[in-house]
Parts: sequence; structure tokens; C-alpha cells
Amino acid sequence: MDPVLELINLVVHFHTQDGIVYAVNGVSYAAEAGKTLGIVGESGCGKSVSVLSAMRLIPEPPGKIVAGEIFYQGQDLLKLDKAGMQDIRGKEMAMIFQDPMTSFNPVLTIGHQISESSIVHFGIGQKEARQRSVELLELVGIPQAVDRFDDYPHQFSGGMRQRAMIAMALSCNPSVLIADEPTTALDVTIQAQIVDLIKDLSERFDMAIIWITHDLGVIAEIADRVVVMYAGYVVEEADVFDLFENPSHPYTLALLKSLPRVDTYSSEKLATIPGSPPDCLSLPPGCPFAPRCVYAVDQCRHENPPLDQSSFEHQIACWVDITTGRER
Amino acid sequence: MSSNQVLVKVEQLKKHFPITQGIIIQRQVGAVRAVDDITFDIYKGETLGMVGESGCGKTTAGRTILQLYRPTEGKVIYDGVDLTTTKGETLRKMRRRMQMIFQDPYASLNPRWTISRIISEPMRVHKLNSGKARLERVKELLDLVQLNTLYLNRYPHEFSGGQRQRIGIARALASDPEFIVCDEPISALDVSIQAQVVNLLEDLQNRFGLTYLFIAHDLSMVRHICNRVAVMYLGVIVELASRDELYDNPLHPYTQALLSAVPIPDPKETRARQRIILTGDPPSPIDPPRGCRFHPRCPIVKDLCSEQVPEWREILPGHWVACHEG
Amino acid sequence: MSSTTTDSTDVTWKSLEIAERPPLTPTQVAWRRFRRHKMAIAGIFMLVAIILYVTVGTFFFTEAEANYTDLSIKLSPPSLEHPFGTDMVGRDLFARTIYGGQISIIIGLFAVFVSIILGVLIGAVSGYYGGATDSVLMRFTEAMFNIPSLFLLIILGKVLSGKIANFNLLGRSFSGSVVVIIAVIGITSWMYLARIVRANVLSLKEQEFITAARCTGTSNFSIIFSHILPNTTAPIIVSATLLVAAAILAEAYVSFLGVGVQPPTPTWGNMLDQAYHHLEREPWMWFFPGVLILMTVLGINFVGDGLRDALDPRALSESE
Repeated sequence: MDPVLELINLVVHFHTQDGIVYAVNGVSYAAEAGKTLGIVGESGCGKSVSVLSAMRLIPEPPGKIVAGEIFYQGQDLLKLDKAGMQDIRGKEMAMIFQDPMTSFNPVLTIGHQISESSIVHFGIGQKEARQRSVELLELVGIPQAVDRFDDYPHQFSGGMRQRAMIAMALSCNPSVLIADEPTTALDVTIQAQIVDLIKDLSERFDMAIIWITHDLGVIAEIADRVVVMYAGYVVEEADVFDLFENPSHPYTLALLKSLPRVDTYSSEKLATIPGSPPDCLSLPPGCPFAPRCVYAVDQCRHENPPLDQSSFEHQIACWVDITTGRER
Repeated sequence: MSSNQVLVKVEQLKKHFPITQGIIIQRQVGAVRAVDDITFDIYKGETLGMVGESGCGKTTAGRTILQLYRPTEGKVIYDGVDLTTTKGETLRKMRRRMQMIFQDPYASLNPRWTISRIISEPMRVHKLNSGKARLERVKELLDLVQLNTLYLNRYPHEFSGGQRQRIGIARALASDPEFIVCDEPISALDVSIQAQVVNLLEDLQNRFGLTYLFIAHDLSMVRHICNRVAVMYLGVIVELASRDELYDNPLHPYTQALLSAVPIPDPKETRARQRIILTGDPPSPIDPPRGCRFHPRCPIVKDLCSEQVPEWREILPGHWVACHEG
Repeated sequence: MSSTTTDSTDVTWKSLEIAERPPLTPTQVAWRRFRRHKMAIAGIFMLVAIILYVTVGTFFFTEAEANYTDLSIKLSPPSLEHPFGTDMVGRDLFARTIYGGQISIIIGLFAVFVSIILGVLIGAVSGYYGGATDSVLMRFTEAMFNIPSLFLLIILGKVLSGKIANFNLLGRSFSGSVVVIIAVIGITSWMYLARIVRANVLSLKEQEFITAARCTGTSNFSIIFSHILPNTTAPIIVSATLLVAAAILAEAYVSFLGVGVQPPTPTWGNMLDQAYHHLEREPWMWFFPGVLILMTVLGINFVGDGLRDALDPRALSESE
């Protein structure tokens, strides 16, 4: 199956006063229709920057897409002009964010803001747009949608606002929905509601979802395929079941081992990863994870391992086979 | 580990924040009932977890126990002394024994102070050690939280989130306290850093026999670190039990829903689980529902629930719950 | 599977963290940003030039010379002998701008000092204690705001003038009216500062490091003076620089209206006042003090702008 959105060897830098921030360093991944691609990593690992670049939403300057290709249904987005991109953004690819409050204009009603994009993209009238927006609000599970249409953003609770933002994102029937930490600011009971909603929408409309998060638990729930990022690199990519059963990059393994579980108790201490994630201003030579890695060998400190793409099933960027502890 | 000796006794504690109107003469027009009648004990040497969703009053409860907010009603008895009636110098002296670790490692350290000055503040206030001895103690504390003592004269902005949190922990330990309220100490940290800080907190507890009130919303972490857990909803505690009892045998429908909503980092298990999805959002603490506060969202609601506040009772030894059911 | 959890690894990672970066204090960070601000550096040069002018100048002229009247050369245009010309009683304007400048700058600095003390105190107390204290103090501040400050300046100037005796400072005799004008400008200019400080205190006191200090048992006095105010220095310094400029102008206004510093003590302001009747025929009388005021005020404003950028709190997280 052809991917809907595909990033190939994307490189993104930010030129700041302090020097060049190597935010994304040759990242490739693809999102398929009806499937959810999970991108997981810690803050500053480049997970958001890579998708924002796909949407051409990073500020340029200071940001710069240095190399790579971004294909949306076979069309290279990096070759599009502003107007062409404007057409794709919102209409073909939509995005939802962590903080729904800042994504809404506080002085306009929720309904107005949802209708607006239908009017712009489809050229339909006020009345029709209103009708459509109410349907969308109902679709995302907002009770009494007709009455809530004229509410302002502050009259919605956090969970409701996230639903309203999803409704707005859906207003143009996008084929890709990018969700950047959409549940991080929400409570677990609300998170469960939103996860269910997006799963359902993805199936119903055959949408490709790119779900960005730092929470491996949420990934386990929603993703079909997972990309693990560290310091601007993809370090591991696999099917979700395979990844959790058989984590093969030392970073993924260490992350999974450091997580306590709600369903079992163990009196053992949590496994830790020593140190902290590197500063993308000055990445260490060799593998960026090497300074924190218990498996690191000499080669790791000099040469950065490429992502081994020989098998689609499970791709790893590591010199060491962690099952044996020896070099591959 | 924990003993049967009660260190902190919280009795019918209430904290309401008044909502006022008026420019010079302010009159009260309502109140946010952030904490509304909670009763529990904290045993010496234990870690009591306090969980709940945002706005449930868990942070306010922690701060009211430490008298950072003066309670509207109720008592906090610390080692036999009622803190709510203690004032001035006596209260200040008590403060040496109870400390707090904060959520935001960026906001909890004065950006204009050096690490050394930050960590020694409690010693200055309580006139502990002096001169060289104080500096030695600061170094010892940095060592305890596994930070390089060369960092003494640096400023907070030079440190990462995890390191700042360690500095905050060192400050909390500086006055040799016995009780520490940990207010979401790891929720602002990166995943790979959280385990480091949790392990550190556990080590310190074992070493100094500390008692923790661990406020968090991450139920997985709470299961790992706490001995007993209290679940709060809209200003009240709905259930309190020992760790395994609460997680394996939750009795309150809210606890059940909360636990079932926590994702498990294992796709097979998490997808096979039966989840209870609650509808709607928690109501506002300004005008909480009558009767049981959870009744509008409760999957097993009865008529009685909307009329009568459920009694806080010990259903099994050590297992407290506030629900009409069961 | 080897375990990734051992305490022994902690020893190694200590050395990994922020390796050999030299520590920068918040002040150093600010200075680095300030240096990049071209206008601010130009402002510094202008101010240094003015200060050299009013200090080094005194080695060439005594105060007696500045006040020496010679009616025979009154209102003479700039010449080699009198580079800035003379006034209506034949005093040398060059010497007078030197001594007048000293007074103008002293008035600017001291008036701002008075206004900082009032503004910071009222703002900090109001913001920190809140409640009724805050309401009363802020209503008072607003009342002060709503009275035109020029009106207050004139009234206070009239009431207080002549009540304070002349005095000597640093070997110079000053008219008592200098103190009056400092007090008057100080009393009428603290309100803006009080508001800024209050707003800052309000947001700072909700920060966790303040809660941490309260939790430790730190006294309110200590919290205000060692935690809150040091974190408010940036806006205080920025508005104080701008206030210095405003105070120098205010001195010029009141002197121009005749209730300022009394002659023969010169200030740039009362020199302008005396030029009032000679605007067209003897332009040198207002031109030189005018240019000096302009340069000082511009210089201070440039520096204030630079400080505003340099002391931006967001800059603190940026260690460069």
C-alpha cells in the first residue's frame, strides 16, 4: 500500500544566536491510510519538528529544511509554493495540538471557527457551513452540539476543547491527521476518551494518523507502527507489537524498562538511563545515545550507526546486537 | 519502612478559596471548595500517595497540610501539635521538620541565586551550621543528590530539568526534615529522567527514614513508590487503601475507572483490557454536585447518590471508601 | 539482559553533564546581550561625553566665573572668547552649561532615587500583601496618576520654595530650591514604577520558589527583599533610566515656568527659561542648553532600550 505522507531523509536545522541546532538529522517515515503511526521520543528529539516541517509550519528563518523530500500522495511538498502549500494544509493534512486553548481565538465562537475553514476550503454558504459544523461537533461527541455551537472557547472544558479542535481539523476531510501530544495536558480519563475517538475516526474515514507523544503507554494503545526518535535521529522503527515484545535498540529497551506499570507491582528499583538527552547544539560524535548507553562499544563513539532498512519489519540504528551484547 | 506510629493526622480539613467582588470593600460571593472535608493519617516512614485528576484539590491539600494555606476548617496534627492553631515563631520552628518538593523545576529555584545559596537557605533561616560547616553541608547535600560539588556557584539556568529537580531535593533535605510533601515531583521531567529522580527519592527515604506525601497523577509511578494511596475527586477523598489492595481491589467506581484508563506500555495487554470510559468532565469545585460528588459521571449511580453524601467508612481493615455501593 | 540501573553509572554521568562550559552569571548574560545593542552603546558614549563635559569642564572655569556678570558684553553671540555666547547679563554660557549640567543631572538622579524608593516600597507592599492594603495603596496611586503632574509640580514648588536653606556639597554651594525640586519631581513620578513593581510582585509571589521559601520559614521581609525585589531589578532599572530622562525634562519644564531652581544657580532648565525672551534674536541662548538636554535624554533612552532587551527575563534561560 502506498503511503499517504512520506518523509525521506529529512534534515532540519535551526540557526540561533548560539549556533546551529541540529533538530532533525535524516529522518524517514511514512504514514498509511487508516493506520496510526506513532512517533515517540523525549523533548527536543525532533519528533514535533519533523512533522511541523512536513506541514511547512516551522518558522523559516531560523528554521531551515536543509535536505530531504516530503511526499504527499506522490507530490513533493518541498517544491510547492506558498499558495499550493496553503491548499494542502488544513484541507489535506490537518493538525491538532497539545494545548487546545491557544489554538482557538478566544474572542470568536467555537462554531464560527469551525465553519470558517469549511467556508474557505469548500466555498459553501454560512447556513450550510453551520449545519456541517454542528454535525462535526456531534461526530466528535460534544453533547447538545446545536447549543454549544455559539459558545466561546473558555466555556469549554479541556477535554471538550480538544474534541472541538478535532472537529475543526476534520472539517475539510483531511487524509492525514497529525496529532502533536494531543492528550498530554489532559487527565487520564479524558485521555482515554480522546484516544478512543481518534481510533474510531481513523477507521471510519480511512485517515492516516501521525501521533506524536512521549508516553509509551499511549503508543501501545493507539499506534500500528512506531518510530522511536532520539536527538534528531530515528533509532528504531517497527510494528507496535513487535517493538514492545522485542525492543532492539538500547534506548527503546531502557525506556521500556524504566516504566513502572499500573497492573503489577515489583519491589525492584526502576531501571534508569544515566545522564540526560544531549543538547542538539553540540551532538556527541558517533551515536548520540552512546554516552548514556550500557552496550556502547568503541565504534559507537566514533561512528553514528545508520538505520538498517534491510527489513521493513523492524529497523534499528545500532552497531550492537543487544541480545548478544556483541557487534553486529 | 512504615510503622504504625502516626506522624500527621488530618482531621476534617477544609480549604475554601473565597471569590470576592468589589473594589475597596470586598464581599464574598462564593467559594472554590478546593478541599472539602478530608480525614486521614500519615504514618511515620511511609509514602502516602495522593492521586486524582487536575483540579481535584490534591495540591491544595498538600499545601494546606504544610500551612502554606491556612485551612478554612479542620485540624492538622503534626507529631501531637495542632499546626492550624500554631503561629509565628513556633510555626516557623516547626517548618524545619517539614519540607516540600515542587513540580516545576524551572520555577521552584530562584533564578538569581547560586546553587549554594539556594540549598543553604533553610540552614540560614533556622540558624543551622554556620560558615565553613554550612558550606560543607551544602557539598554533602549535593553529593547526596548525585550532583557534582563543583556546581556550587552556578545558577539554575545552567542545569537541565532533572538536575534542577535534584537541587530542589537537596534544598528540601537541608534542614533535616522528617516529612516531605512531594508535589508532582516528576511530572515535568522527561521519561528517561523520571526513574532517576524516583530512585533517588526512594534511596533518601531509606537512608533518613523520611515520610512522604507523594502527590501525583501518574498512577503507574504511584503504584511503584507508595505504600498506601488516597484517591481524590473534586475536593474529597473517595478511597484510601494500601497499595496492592487499592490497585487489585478498587471499590469506588471512580478509582475503578481511573485505573482502567491508565495505558499499559504493552500493546497486547492494554488493548485486551476492559476499560471503563467515563463520560463528560469533572464538574466545577465552585458548585459541586449534591450528594456524592461523583454521581453525575458514575456508571452505577443510584437515586440515593444524588441526595446523600456517602459516609467515609473502613470497609475492610485499612481500606476506606466513600460510596453508597458495597 | 544486563541491567541499566546501577548507581555506579551515576558517577560517570556526573562528568558528562554541562562539561566545561564556563559559568555565566545572569548579569554576565545580560551584559553580553547589551553589548550587541548598537544604539545602547551609542547612548553610553553620549552619556560619557556629557558627564566628562560637566566634570572636566570645572577645571577650566570656576563657579564664580559662571556667575560673573559683565553687562558690557551682554547678549554677545558665540565667539572664540565665549564659545556659546553670553546671556542678558553677560555671563559666559559655556561655563554656565557646565555648572548647570551638574545640577540638572544631580536633580535627575536624586529625583529618580526618591521615586524608586517610593515606587518600589508601595508597589512591593501592595503586591505582596494584597487585599485591603493593596486596594488602598492602588487607589491612592491612581489618584496621583489622575492629577496632572505639571500642576502638582507647580503647586508643590510654590509651597516648598524658600523653605530650605542653601547648603554646601562637594565644595559647591547649592540653592535650597534644588532639594525642593528633587523632592517635587520624586513625589510626582513614582506611580508608574509602583504599578510595574506591583505587577511583577504579583506574578512572582505565585512562583514556586517563593512558596519554597515560605515553606522553609523565611520571613516576609526576607522574601520581599532577597527573593522578590532582586527578581524585579530588570523592570526597575529600565524604568528608572527612562525616569532620569523624564526628571531632567521635568526640571526644565518647571524652571521654564519659573518655579524651579532659582537663579543665579544655573540649570539647563532655567537657562532655557531665561532664553524665553530671546528666542529669535539670540538663538545661542537656548540652542546650547537645549542640545545638551536633548543629548542626555536621548542617550539615557537608548541605554534604557538596551537594558530592556538585555534584562529580558527570557534571556536568563539562554546561557549563550
